[in-house]
Amino acid sequence: MSRRPYLRKVERSWWLQHPRYVAYMIRELTSLFVGLYCALLAIGLVRLSQGAAAWDGFVAAFSSPPGVAFQLLCLVFAIYHSVTWFALTPKAMPLVVKGEPVPGTVIVGAHYVAWAAVSAIVLIAAGV
Amino acid sequence: MARSNKPILWLPFAGGGLVAALVTPVLILITGVLVPLGVMHLHYETIAAFAHNPVGKLILFGVVALPAWHAAHRLRMTAHDLGLGGGITVKAACYGTTWLLILAATGALIAI
Repeated sequence: MSRRPYLRKVERSWWLQHPRYVAYMIRELTSLFVGLYCALLAIGLVRLSQGAAAWDGFVAAFSSPPGVAFQLLCLVFAIYHSVTWFALTPKAMPLVVKGEPVPGTVIVGAHYVAWAAVSAIVLIAAGV
Repeated sequence: MARSNKPILWLPFAGGGLVAALVTPVLILITGVLVPLGVMHLHYETIAAFAHNPVGKLILFGVVALPAWHAAHRLRMTAHDLGLGGGITVKAACYGTTWLLILAATGALIAI
């Protein structure tokens, strides 16, 4: 690695110049909300390790109106991440079976099936 | 070809993206909608028993640490896209925060 890497000057607002770039930035923004929700889960584990009273306090906190509002925002961005992630899988990991390329729609479809299955398993395991 | 440490970083990154895509939405649905509505209950005994089980610990670690790592890496790359790359500050902010989060989760899982 060179000691003084060349950094090209970029306009902070370059991504506003084309709808595609804006969609890209929204997709990148999803990682912020995924990260924040992971932080909520990590806090949950810490509270869980502190006993029943701490856990109940945590459940009450995330069930409060601000907690729900924050999580609804996270949910919208998380679903956007899922949809765009599934859409890019045939491009990132093209599959070839017996010399024939697997159509992208099959790969994307398989991911939606997996999404539904995982969601169902988690809901059942969590006791809906 | 020079050996690269990239695969070691890329595997949890891709894994985190997949976990975030497949598991994170339903978790938010549970904690953000179903529990607040009273449709579901996350009782301390149930969750603590799950976190006490070694397989449960591994699952909980996976759903917290992998998407968090994925998010950290993406946020750093986005910062770079916005012309904030290069410096140690962005790296420290993204990875440092995530490591704190992962260590806190790991410590809690070991303690339970």
